[in-house]
Amino acid sequence: MNIVPYLIRGLATGGQFALVAIGYTMVYGILKLINFAHGDLFMVSGILLIYLCANFPTLPIGAAIIIMIALTVLIGFLIEKCAYSPLRQAPRMSVMISAIGVSYLLQNLVSYITGGLSKQFPDIPFLSDSVKLFGVKDKLAVFLSPVAAIVLTVILVLIVNHTKFGMSMRAVSRDFETSQLMGVKINRVISITFAIGAFLAAVGSILYFAKNTGINHMAGSTPGIKAFIAAVVGGIGSVPGAVVGALIIGVVESLAKAFGLADFSDVISFGLLILILVVKPTGLFGEKLTEKV
Amino acid sequence: MSNLLEIRNLTVRFGGICAVDHVSLDVEKGKIVTLIGANGAGKSTTLRAVSGIVKPTEGEILFDGENILGLSPDKIVARGVTMVPEGRRVFPNLTVLENLKIGAYLRKDNLTDDMEYVYSLFPRLKERSWQLAGTLSGGEQQMLAVGRALMAKPKLIMMDEPSLGLAPLVVRNIFEIIRTINDAGITVLLNEQNANMALKAADFGYVLETGRITLSGTGAALYADEGVKEAYLGKRKE
Repeated sequence: MNIVPYLIRGLATGGQFALVAIGYTMVYGILKLINFAHGDLFMVSGILLIYLCANFPTLPIGAAIIIMIALTVLIGFLIEKCAYSPLRQAPRMSVMISAIGVSYLLQNLVSYITGGLSKQFPDIPFLSDSVKLFGVKDKLAVFLSPVAAIVLTVILVLIVNHTKFGMSMRAVSRDFETSQLMGVKINRVISITFAIGAFLAAVGSILYFAKNTGINHMAGSTPGIKAFIAAVVGGIGSVPGAVVGALIIGVVESLAKAFGLADFSDVISFGLLILILVVKPTGLFGEKLTEKV
Repeated sequence: MSNLLEIRNLTVRFGGICAVDHVSLDVEKGKIVTLIGANGAGKSTTLRAVSGIVKPTEGEILFDGENILGLSPDKIVARGVTMVPEGRRVFPNLTVLENLKIGAYLRKDNLTDDMEYVYSLFPRLKERSWQLAGTLSGGEQQMLAVGRALMAKPKLIMMDEPSLGLAPLVVRNIFEIIRTINDAGITVLLNEQNANMALKAADFGYVLETGRITLSGTGAALYADEGVKEAYLGKRKE
Protein backbone atom coordinates (compact mmCIF):
# COMPACT_ATOMS: atom_id res chain seq x y z
CA MET A 1 0.00 0.00 0.00
CA ASN A 2 1.18 3.48 -0.82
CA ILE A 3 0.83 5.70 2.21
CA VAL A 4 2.25 8.86 0.59
CA PRO A 5 -1.16 10.20 -0.49
CA TYR A 6 -2.47 9.64 3.02
CA LEU A 7 0.51 11.41 4.51
CA ILE A 8 0.01 14.38 2.19
CA ARG A 9 -3.70 14.58 2.88
CA GLY A 10 -2.98 14.26 6.59
CA LEU A 11 -0.51 17.12 6.47
CA ALA A 12 -3.06 19.14 4.51
CA THR A 13 -5.83 18.65 7.05
CA GLY A 14 -3.25 19.22 9.78
CA GLY A 15 -2.20 22.49 8.19
CA GLN A 16 -5.83 23.62 8.01
CA PHE A 17 -6.42 22.64 11.64
CA ALA A 18 -3.21 24.44 12.55
CA LEU A 19 -4.50 27.75 11.21
CA VAL A 20 -7.56 27.39 13.44
CA ALA A 21 -5.57 26.06 16.39
CA ILE A 22 -3.38 29.17 16.47
CA GLY A 23 -6.48 31.25 17.18
CA TYR A 24 -7.35 29.04 20.15
CA THR A 25 -3.86 29.02 21.53
CA MET A 26 -3.23 32.76 21.18
CA VAL A 27 -6.50 33.72 22.82
CA TYR A 28 -5.87 31.23 25.59
CA GLY A 29 -2.35 32.57 26.03
CA ILE A 30 -3.54 36.11 26.54
CA LEU A 31 -6.97 35.78 28.18
CA LYS A 32 -6.79 32.23 29.60
CA LEU A 33 -10.06 31.77 27.73
CA ILE A 34 -11.04 28.83 25.58
CA ASN A 35 -12.81 30.69 22.81
CA PHE A 36 -15.53 28.19 21.94
CA ALA A 37 -16.82 30.50 19.23
CA HIS A 38 -13.61 30.17 17.23
CA GLY A 39 -14.66 27.04 15.32
CA ASP A 40 -17.95 28.72 14.44
CA LEU A 41 -16.16 31.82 13.25
CA PHE A 42 -14.26 29.47 10.94
CA MET A 43 -17.60 28.19 9.59
CA VAL A 44 -19.02 31.72 9.28
CA SER A 45 -16.06 32.79 7.16
CA GLY A 46 -16.79 29.92 4.76
CA ILE A 47 -20.46 30.89 4.59
CA LEU A 48 -19.49 34.52 3.97
CA LEU A 49 -17.51 33.55 0.89
CA ILE A 50 -20.41 31.46 -0.43
CA TYR A 51 -22.85 34.36 -0.07
CA LEU A 52 -20.40 36.89 -1.46
CA CYS A 53 -19.90 34.77 -4.57
CA ALA A 54 -23.61 33.98 -4.95
CA ASN A 55 -24.88 37.53 -4.51
CA PHE A 56 -22.19 39.36 -6.43
CA PRO A 57 -21.49 37.11 -9.43
CA THR A 58 -19.50 39.85 -11.13
CA LEU A 59 -17.10 40.15 -8.19
CA PRO A 60 -13.75 38.53 -9.01
CA ILE A 61 -12.99 35.62 -6.68
CA GLY A 62 -9.81 37.28 -5.41
CA ALA A 63 -11.75 40.35 -4.33
CA ALA A 64 -14.41 38.18 -2.72
CA ILE A 65 -11.73 36.38 -0.71
CA ILE A 66 -10.22 39.66 0.48
CA ILE A 67 -13.63 41.01 1.51
CA MET A 68 -14.41 37.72 3.25
CA ILE A 69 -11.15 37.83 5.22
CA ALA A 70 -11.76 41.46 6.19
CA LEU A 71 -15.30 40.65 7.37
CA THR A 72 -14.10 37.65 9.36
CA VAL A 73 -11.48 39.79 11.10
CA LEU A 74 -14.16 42.36 11.84
CA ILE A 75 -16.47 39.71 13.30
CA GLY A 76 -13.64 38.29 15.41
CA PHE A 77 -12.92 41.79 16.70
CA LEU A 78 -16.60 42.47 17.44
CA ILE A 79 -17.05 39.16 19.26
CA GLU A 80 -14.27 40.14 21.64
CA LYS A 81 -15.58 43.69 22.09
CA CYS A 82 -19.19 42.68 22.72
CA ALA A 83 -18.95 39.32 24.47
CA TYR A 84 -15.60 39.16 26.27
CA SER A 85 -14.33 42.68 26.86
CA PRO A 86 -17.23 43.72 29.19
CA LEU A 87 -16.38 40.65 31.31
CA ARG A 88 -12.72 41.53 31.87
CA GLN A 89 -13.11 41.68 35.64
CA ALA A 90 -15.58 38.78 35.82
CA PRO A 91 -14.62 35.25 36.86
CA ARG A 92 -13.15 33.18 34.06
CA MET A 93 -16.15 30.86 34.06
CA SER A 94 -18.46 33.74 33.06
CA VAL A 95 -16.31 34.54 30.04
CA MET A 96 -16.29 30.90 29.02
CA ILE A 97 -20.08 30.72 29.20
CA SER A 98 -20.23 33.90 27.13
CA ALA A 99 -18.02 32.14 24.57
CA ILE A 100 -20.41 29.16 24.47
CA GLY A 101 -23.24 31.66 23.96
CA VAL A 102 -21.45 33.27 21.02
CA SER A 103 -20.86 29.83 19.54
CA TYR A 104 -24.59 29.02 19.60
CA LEU A 105 -25.46 32.50 18.38
CA LEU A 106 -23.27 32.11 15.29
CA GLN A 107 -24.59 28.60 14.58
CA ASN A 108 -28.20 29.69 14.90
CA LEU A 109 -27.76 32.84 12.86
CA VAL A 110 -26.22 30.83 10.05
CA SER A 111 -28.86 28.14 10.33
CA TYR A 112 -31.53 30.86 10.09
CA ILE A 113 -29.93 32.40 7.01
CA THR A 114 -29.20 29.15 5.19
CA GLY A 115 -32.36 27.43 6.34
CA GLY A 116 -30.15 24.72 7.79
CA LEU A 117 -29.22 23.51 4.32
CA SER A 118 -25.74 22.66 3.19
CA LYS A 119 -24.36 25.28 0.82
CA GLN A 120 -21.94 24.59 -1.99
CA PHE A 121 -18.54 26.19 -1.52
CA PRO A 122 -17.53 28.04 -4.70
CA ASP A 123 -14.81 26.64 -6.92
CA ILE A 124 -11.75 28.75 -6.37
CA PRO A 125 -10.00 28.49 -9.74
CA PHE A 126 -6.46 28.28 -8.47
CA LEU A 127 -7.00 26.24 -5.30
CA SER A 128 -9.47 23.78 -6.80
CA ASP A 129 -7.20 22.94 -9.71
CA SER A 130 -5.93 19.41 -9.75
CA VAL A 131 -2.21 18.95 -9.78
CA LYS A 132 0.09 15.98 -9.54
CA LEU A 133 2.94 16.18 -7.03
CA PHE A 134 5.01 13.39 -5.42
CA GLY A 135 3.00 10.96 -7.54
CA VAL A 136 -0.22 12.11 -5.91
CA LYS A 137 -3.01 13.80 -7.83
CA ASP A 138 -5.13 16.15 -5.75
CA LYS A 139 -6.45 19.69 -5.48
CA LEU A 140 -3.80 22.35 -5.14
CA ALA A 141 -5.34 23.39 -1.80
CA VAL A 142 -4.20 20.05 -0.39
CA PHE A 143 -0.56 20.68 -1.23
CA LEU A 144 -0.74 24.33 -0.28
CA SER A 145 -2.28 23.89 3.17
CA PRO A 146 0.74 22.70 5.16
CA VAL A 147 2.98 25.18 3.34
CA ALA A 148 0.61 28.07 4.09
CA ALA A 149 0.28 27.00 7.71
CA ILE A 150 4.02 26.84 8.21
CA VAL A 151 4.79 30.10 6.42
CA LEU A 152 2.11 32.00 8.35
CA THR A 153 3.29 30.44 11.61
CA VAL A 154 6.89 31.45 11.00
CA ILE A 155 5.75 35.02 10.27
CA LEU A 156 3.62 35.03 13.40
CA VAL A 157 6.39 33.65 15.61
CA LEU A 158 8.77 36.29 14.25
CA ILE A 159 6.22 38.99 15.08
CA VAL A 160 5.66 37.64 18.58
CA ASN A 161 9.34 37.27 19.39
CA HIS A 162 10.96 40.16 17.59
CA THR A 163 8.64 43.14 17.44
CA LYS A 164 7.57 45.68 19.99
CA PHE A 165 3.95 44.62 19.56
CA GLY A 166 4.93 40.97 20.08
CA MET A 167 6.77 41.94 23.23
CA SER A 168 3.68 43.69 24.57
CA MET A 169 1.65 40.59 23.70
CA ARG A 170 3.96 38.38 25.70
CA ALA A 171 3.89 40.85 28.59
CA VAL A 172 0.08 41.09 28.60
CA SER A 173 -0.22 37.29 28.47
CA ARG A 174 1.73 37.19 31.70
CA ASP A 175 0.50 40.16 33.72
CA PHE A 176 -2.29 42.58 32.76
CA GLU A 177 -1.73 45.06 35.53
CA THR A 178 2.02 45.43 35.24
CA SER A 179 1.65 45.74 31.47
CA GLN A 180 -0.71 48.65 32.05
CA LEU A 181 1.84 50.21 34.37
CA MET A 182 4.30 50.14 31.47
CA GLY A 183 1.83 52.07 29.34
CA VAL A 184 0.62 49.10 27.28
CA LYS A 185 -3.02 49.44 26.20
CA ILE A 186 -4.12 45.92 27.01
CA ASN A 187 -7.48 46.16 25.26
CA ARG A 188 -5.73 47.04 22.04
CA VAL A 189 -3.35 44.12 22.37
CA ILE A 190 -6.27 41.76 23.04
CA SER A 191 -8.25 43.10 20.06
CA ILE A 192 -5.30 42.61 17.73
CA THR A 193 -4.81 39.07 19.07
CA PHE A 194 -8.42 38.24 18.17
CA ALA A 195 -8.00 39.86 14.78
CA ILE A 196 -4.92 37.74 14.02
CA GLY A 197 -6.77 34.60 15.16
CA ALA A 198 -9.73 35.46 12.94
CA PHE A 199 -7.47 36.18 9.97
CA LEU A 200 -5.79 32.78 10.25
CA ALA A 201 -9.16 31.05 10.69
CA ALA A 202 -10.38 32.73 7.51
CA VAL A 203 -7.33 31.54 5.57
CA GLY A 204 -7.81 28.08 7.07
CA SER A 205 -11.45 28.01 6.06
CA ILE A 206 -10.64 28.76 2.41
CA LEU A 207 -8.18 25.88 2.31
CA TYR A 208 -10.39 23.53 4.32
CA PHE A 209 -13.64 24.11 2.46
CA ALA A 210 -11.94 24.17 -0.94
CA LYS A 211 -11.66 20.39 -0.60
CA ASN A 212 -14.69 19.70 1.63
CA THR A 213 -17.30 21.32 -0.50
CA GLY A 214 -20.54 21.56 1.49
CA ILE A 215 -20.98 23.90 4.46
CA ASN A 216 -23.88 24.07 6.89
CA HIS A 217 -24.17 25.78 10.25
CA MET A 218 -22.46 22.89 12.05
CA ALA A 219 -19.46 22.76 9.71
CA GLY A 220 -17.25 24.55 12.22
CA SER A 221 -17.77 22.24 15.12
CA THR A 222 -15.62 19.24 14.11
CA PRO A 223 -12.66 21.22 12.77
CA GLY A 224 -13.04 23.52 15.78
CA ILE A 225 -12.78 20.62 18.21
CA LYS A 226 -9.94 19.02 16.29
CA ALA A 227 -8.05 22.30 16.28
CA PHE A 228 -8.68 22.71 19.97
CA ILE A 229 -7.32 19.19 20.63
CA ALA A 230 -4.31 20.10 18.52
CA ALA A 231 -3.72 23.23 20.60
CA VAL A 232 -3.89 21.23 23.82
CA VAL A 233 -1.68 18.42 22.50
CA GLY A 234 0.89 20.98 21.39
CA GLY A 235 0.70 22.84 24.68
CA ILE A 236 -1.96 25.50 24.84
CA GLY A 237 -0.50 28.99 24.76
CA SER A 238 2.31 27.96 22.40
CA VAL A 239 1.96 28.89 18.73
CA PRO A 240 4.51 26.40 17.34
CA GLY A 241 2.99 23.79 19.66
CA ALA A 242 -0.44 24.30 18.13
CA VAL A 243 0.96 23.80 14.65
CA VAL A 244 2.90 20.67 15.53
CA GLY A 245 -0.13 19.34 17.41
CA ALA A 246 -2.38 20.00 14.41
CA LEU A 247 -0.01 18.31 11.96
CA ILE A 248 0.19 15.28 14.26
CA ILE A 249 -3.60 15.06 14.57
CA GLY A 250 -4.02 15.47 10.82
CA VAL A 251 -1.49 12.79 9.92
CA VAL A 252 -2.65 10.34 12.58
CA GLU A 253 -6.26 10.61 11.43
CA SER A 254 -5.27 10.22 7.81
CA LEU A 255 -3.14 7.17 8.57
CA ALA A 256 -6.07 5.71 10.48
CA LYS A 257 -8.01 5.96 7.22
CA ALA A 258 -5.14 4.30 5.35
CA PHE A 259 -5.37 1.31 7.65
CA GLY A 260 -9.11 1.09 7.28
CA LEU A 261 -9.86 2.62 10.66
CA ALA A 262 -11.65 5.69 9.31
CA ASP A 263 -14.56 5.14 11.67
CA PHE A 264 -12.19 5.33 14.60
CA SER A 265 -10.40 8.52 13.62
CA ASP A 266 -12.14 10.56 16.34
CA VAL A 267 -11.38 7.88 18.90
CA ILE A 268 -7.74 8.00 17.89
CA SER A 269 -7.52 11.82 18.13
CA PHE A 270 -9.19 11.96 21.52
CA GLY A 271 -7.14 8.99 22.68
CA LEU A 272 -4.01 10.85 21.66
CA LEU A 273 -5.24 13.87 23.62
CA ILE A 274 -5.78 11.79 26.74
CA LEU A 275 -2.43 10.09 26.35
CA ILE A 276 -0.58 13.40 26.02
CA LEU A 277 -2.43 14.90 28.98
CA VAL A 278 -1.55 11.91 31.15
CA VAL A 279 2.11 11.80 30.15
CA LYS A 280 2.76 15.53 29.77
CA PRO A 281 -0.08 17.65 31.11
CA THR A 282 1.36 20.89 29.73
CA GLY A 283 1.35 19.50 26.18
CA LEU A 284 4.33 18.95 23.91
CA PHE A 285 5.51 22.58 23.89
CA GLY A 286 3.75 23.75 27.01
CA GLU A 287 5.68 26.26 29.01
CA LYS A 288 7.16 25.12 32.21
CA LEU A 289 8.32 28.35 33.64
CA THR A 290 10.82 28.61 36.42
CA GLU A 291 9.93 31.62 38.42
CA LYS A 292 11.75 32.66 41.53
CA VAL A 293 9.71 34.54 44.06
CA MET B 1 9.30 74.66 46.11
CA SER B 2 6.35 73.41 44.12
CA ASN B 3 4.56 70.16 44.59
CA LEU B 4 4.90 67.61 41.83
CA LEU B 5 2.06 65.51 43.16
CA GLU B 6 -0.86 66.61 45.28
CA ILE B 7 -3.47 64.20 46.52
CA ARG B 8 -6.66 65.77 47.87
CA ASN B 9 -9.30 63.86 49.81
CA LEU B 10 -8.60 60.64 48.00
CA THR B 11 -11.13 57.96 48.89
CA VAL B 12 -11.12 54.43 47.52
CA ARG B 13 -13.82 51.93 48.39
CA PHE B 14 -13.83 48.25 47.52
CA GLY B 15 -17.39 47.10 48.01
CA GLY B 16 -18.23 48.15 51.54
CA ILE B 17 -14.65 48.53 52.66
CA CYS B 18 -13.01 51.90 52.65
CA ALA B 19 -9.36 51.19 51.81
CA VAL B 20 -8.31 54.83 51.58
CA ASP B 21 -10.29 57.42 53.49
CA HIS B 22 -9.94 61.10 52.56
CA VAL B 23 -6.18 61.00 52.24
CA SER B 24 -4.42 64.23 51.33
CA LEU B 25 -0.72 64.42 50.81
CA ASP B 26 1.90 66.41 48.93
CA VAL B 27 5.03 65.25 47.19
CA GLU B 28 7.43 68.09 46.69
CA LYS B 29 9.46 68.14 43.49
CA GLY B 30 12.88 66.56 43.84
CA LYS B 31 12.24 64.99 47.24
CA ILE B 32 11.85 61.49 48.62
CA VAL B 33 8.49 61.13 50.33
CA THR B 34 7.53 57.97 52.14
CA LEU B 35 4.27 56.41 53.23
CA ILE B 36 4.67 54.09 56.17
CA GLY B 37 2.10 51.94 57.85
CA ALA B 38 1.09 48.38 58.55
CA ASN B 39 -0.31 45.86 56.09
CA GLY B 40 -3.72 46.93 54.83
CA ALA B 41 -3.29 50.56 55.85
CA GLY B 42 -3.99 51.68 52.29
CA LYS B 43 -0.46 52.49 51.13
CA SER B 44 -0.56 50.32 48.03
CA THR B 45 -4.09 51.40 47.15
CA THR B 46 -2.99 55.04 47.27
CA LEU B 47 -0.16 54.40 44.81
CA ARG B 48 -2.37 52.27 42.60
CA ALA B 49 -4.92 55.08 42.49
CA VAL B 50 -2.23 57.52 41.38
CA SER B 51 -1.13 55.15 38.60
CA GLY B 52 -4.71 54.76 37.39
CA ILE B 53 -5.02 51.02 38.12
CA VAL B 54 -7.57 51.60 40.87
CA LYS B 55 -10.52 53.93 40.34
CA PRO B 56 -11.08 56.17 43.37
CA THR B 57 -14.58 57.03 44.58
CA GLU B 58 -13.74 60.64 45.26
CA GLY B 59 -10.87 63.06 45.50
CA GLU B 60 -8.37 64.75 43.28
CA ILE B 61 -4.92 63.75 42.14
CA LEU B 62 -2.92 66.64 40.74
CA PHE B 63 0.28 65.93 38.90
CA ASP B 64 2.24 68.97 37.81
CA GLY B 65 -0.87 71.00 38.62
CA GLU B 66 -3.21 68.98 36.40
CA ASN B 67 -5.84 66.52 37.55
CA ILE B 68 -4.86 63.04 36.40
CA LEU B 69 -7.64 61.22 38.20
CA GLY B 70 -9.71 59.19 35.77
CA LEU B 71 -7.01 59.01 33.11
CA SER B 72 -6.09 55.56 31.82
CA PRO B 73 -2.81 54.10 33.12
CA ASP B 74 -0.99 54.60 29.82
CA LYS B 75 -1.82 58.33 29.78
CA ILE B 76 -0.51 58.64 33.32
CA VAL B 77 2.72 56.87 32.39
CA ALA B 78 3.01 59.21 29.41
CA ARG B 79 2.91 62.18 31.78
CA GLY B 80 5.89 60.88 33.68
CA VAL B 81 4.61 58.77 36.55
CA THR B 82 5.95 55.24 36.80
CA MET B 83 5.61 52.58 39.41
CA VAL B 84 7.76 49.78 40.73
CA PRO B 85 4.98 47.44 41.79
CA GLU B 86 4.86 45.42 44.95
CA GLY B 87 6.51 42.05 44.58
CA ARG B 88 8.63 43.40 41.66
CA ARG B 89 6.40 41.87 38.97
CA VAL B 90 9.08 41.65 36.31
CA PHE B 91 7.90 39.76 33.23
CA PRO B 92 9.47 36.33 33.82
CA ASN B 93 8.93 35.23 30.21
CA LEU B 94 10.76 38.25 28.79
CA THR B 95 14.52 38.72 28.81
CA VAL B 96 16.13 41.32 31.05
CA LEU B 97 16.69 43.51 28.00
CA GLU B 98 13.06 43.18 26.91
CA ASN B 99 11.89 44.04 30.42
CA LEU B 100 13.87 47.26 30.19
CA LYS B 101 12.56 47.95 26.70
CA ILE B 102 8.97 47.47 27.74
CA GLY B 103 9.55 50.02 30.49
CA ALA B 104 10.11 52.49 27.66
CA TYR B 105 7.06 51.24 25.76
CA LEU B 106 5.56 54.67 25.12
CA ARG B 107 8.82 56.31 24.12
CA LYS B 108 9.68 56.72 20.48
CA ASP B 109 13.15 58.26 20.89
CA ASN B 110 16.51 56.55 21.19
CA LEU B 111 16.93 54.40 24.28
CA THR B 112 20.69 53.83 24.19
CA ASP B 113 21.65 56.51 26.75
CA ASP B 114 19.01 55.45 29.24
CA MET B 115 19.90 51.82 28.76
CA GLU B 116 23.52 52.70 29.54
CA TYR B 117 22.39 54.69 32.60
CA VAL B 118 20.38 51.76 33.97
CA TYR B 119 23.27 49.38 33.28
CA SER B 120 25.63 51.75 35.08
CA LEU B 121 23.34 51.69 38.13
CA PHE B 122 22.96 47.91 37.94
CA PRO B 123 25.97 46.33 36.20
CA ARG B 124 24.53 42.94 37.10
CA LEU B 125 21.64 43.52 34.69
CA LYS B 126 24.04 44.11 31.83
CA GLU B 127 25.74 40.78 32.45
CA ARG B 128 22.36 39.08 32.37
CA SER B 129 20.64 41.05 29.65
CA TRP B 130 19.87 37.94 27.57
CA GLN B 131 18.60 35.88 30.45
CA LEU B 132 14.89 35.43 31.09
CA ALA B 133 13.88 37.68 33.97
CA GLY B 134 12.24 34.71 35.71
CA THR B 135 15.66 33.20 36.31
CA LEU B 136 17.01 36.20 38.25
CA SER B 137 17.31 36.25 42.03
CA GLY B 138 14.89 38.34 44.08
CA GLY B 139 17.37 41.18 44.50
CA GLU B 140 18.19 41.20 40.80
CA GLN B 141 14.50 41.23 39.94
CA GLN B 142 14.05 44.26 42.18
CA MET B 143 16.92 46.00 40.38
CA LEU B 144 15.26 45.13 37.10
CA ALA B 145 11.91 46.47 38.29
CA VAL B 146 13.56 49.76 39.26
CA GLY B 147 15.52 49.89 36.01
CA ARG B 148 12.36 49.17 34.03
CA ALA B 149 10.56 52.05 35.76
CA LEU B 150 13.50 54.36 35.01
CA MET B 151 13.37 53.54 31.30
CA ALA B 152 10.16 55.57 30.96
CA LYS B 153 12.17 58.69 31.90
CA PRO B 154 9.79 59.48 34.77
CA LYS B 155 9.43 62.69 36.74
CA LEU B 156 7.93 60.74 39.61
CA ILE B 157 8.79 57.16 40.45
CA MET B 158 6.57 55.34 42.91
CA MET B 159 7.93 52.30 44.68
CA ASP B 160 5.67 49.88 46.45
CA GLU B 161 7.52 47.94 49.16
CA PRO B 162 10.84 47.67 47.33
CA SER B 163 12.51 45.95 50.30
CA LEU B 164 9.88 43.24 50.67
CA GLY B 165 11.38 39.76 50.96
CA LEU B 166 14.95 40.83 50.28
CA ALA B 167 18.09 40.17 52.31
CA PRO B 168 19.27 43.09 54.51
CA LEU B 169 22.33 43.68 52.39
CA VAL B 170 20.22 43.88 49.23
CA VAL B 171 17.79 46.22 51.00
CA ARG B 172 20.65 48.59 51.81
CA ASN B 173 21.71 48.44 48.19
CA ILE B 174 18.18 49.29 47.01
CA PHE B 175 18.02 52.31 49.32
CA GLU B 176 21.36 53.54 48.02
CA ILE B 177 19.94 53.31 44.53
CA ILE B 178 16.85 55.26 45.62
CA ARG B 179 19.11 58.07 46.80
CA THR B 180 21.13 57.96 43.58
CA ILE B 181 17.98 58.18 41.48
CA ASN B 182 16.73 61.05 43.60
CA ASP B 183 20.06 62.87 43.25
CA ALA B 184 19.60 62.60 39.50
CA GLY B 185 16.47 64.73 39.90
CA ILE B 186 13.70 62.17 40.00
CA THR B 187 11.06 62.60 42.69
CA VAL B 188 10.38 59.45 44.69
CA LEU B 189 7.22 58.35 46.46
CA LEU B 190 8.06 55.34 48.55
CA ASN B 191 5.76 52.86 50.29
CA GLU B 192 7.56 50.96 52.97
CA GLN B 193 6.94 48.67 55.86
CA ASN B 194 10.61 48.93 56.67
CA ALA B 195 9.99 52.27 58.41
CA ASN B 196 13.50 52.36 59.78
CA MET B 197 15.18 52.52 56.37
CA ALA B 198 12.42 54.55 54.77
CA LEU B 199 12.39 57.36 57.31
CA LYS B 200 16.17 57.63 57.25
CA ALA B 201 16.11 58.05 53.49
CA ALA B 202 13.04 60.26 53.18
CA ASP B 203 12.74 64.03 53.26
CA PHE B 204 9.15 63.80 54.35
CA GLY B 205 6.90 61.04 55.60
CA TYR B 206 3.26 60.21 56.18
CA VAL B 207 1.93 57.55 58.52
CA LEU B 208 -1.13 55.71 57.26
CA GLU B 209 -3.43 53.77 59.58
CA THR B 210 -6.53 51.97 58.32
CA GLY B 211 -6.89 54.29 55.36
CA ARG B 212 -6.25 57.58 57.14
CA ILE B 213 -3.18 59.71 57.57
CA THR B 214 -2.54 59.94 61.27
CA LEU B 215 0.81 61.67 61.31
CA SER B 216 3.14 63.52 59.02
CA GLY B 217 6.45 65.27 59.29
CA THR B 218 10.00 65.30 58.02
CA GLY B 219 11.73 61.96 57.92
CA ALA B 220 13.91 62.88 60.87
CA ALA B 221 10.97 64.17 62.94
CA LEU B 222 8.97 60.99 62.38
CA TYR B 223 12.03 58.91 63.12
CA ALA B 224 12.30 60.63 66.50
CA ASP B 225 8.57 60.47 67.23
CA GLU B 226 7.78 58.28 70.23
CA GLY B 227 4.55 56.88 68.78
CA VAL B 228 6.21 55.97 65.48
CA LYS B 229 9.15 54.45 67.32
CA GLU B 230 6.89 52.19 69.28
CA ALA B 231 4.52 51.23 66.47
CA TYR B 232 6.81 50.96 63.45
CA LEU B 233 10.43 51.00 64.50
CA GLY B 234 10.21 48.25 67.08
CA LYS B 235 11.63 50.32 69.89
CA ARG B 236 9.98 50.47 73.31
CA LYS B 237 9.35 53.72 75.06
CA GLU B 238 12.04 54.33 77.63
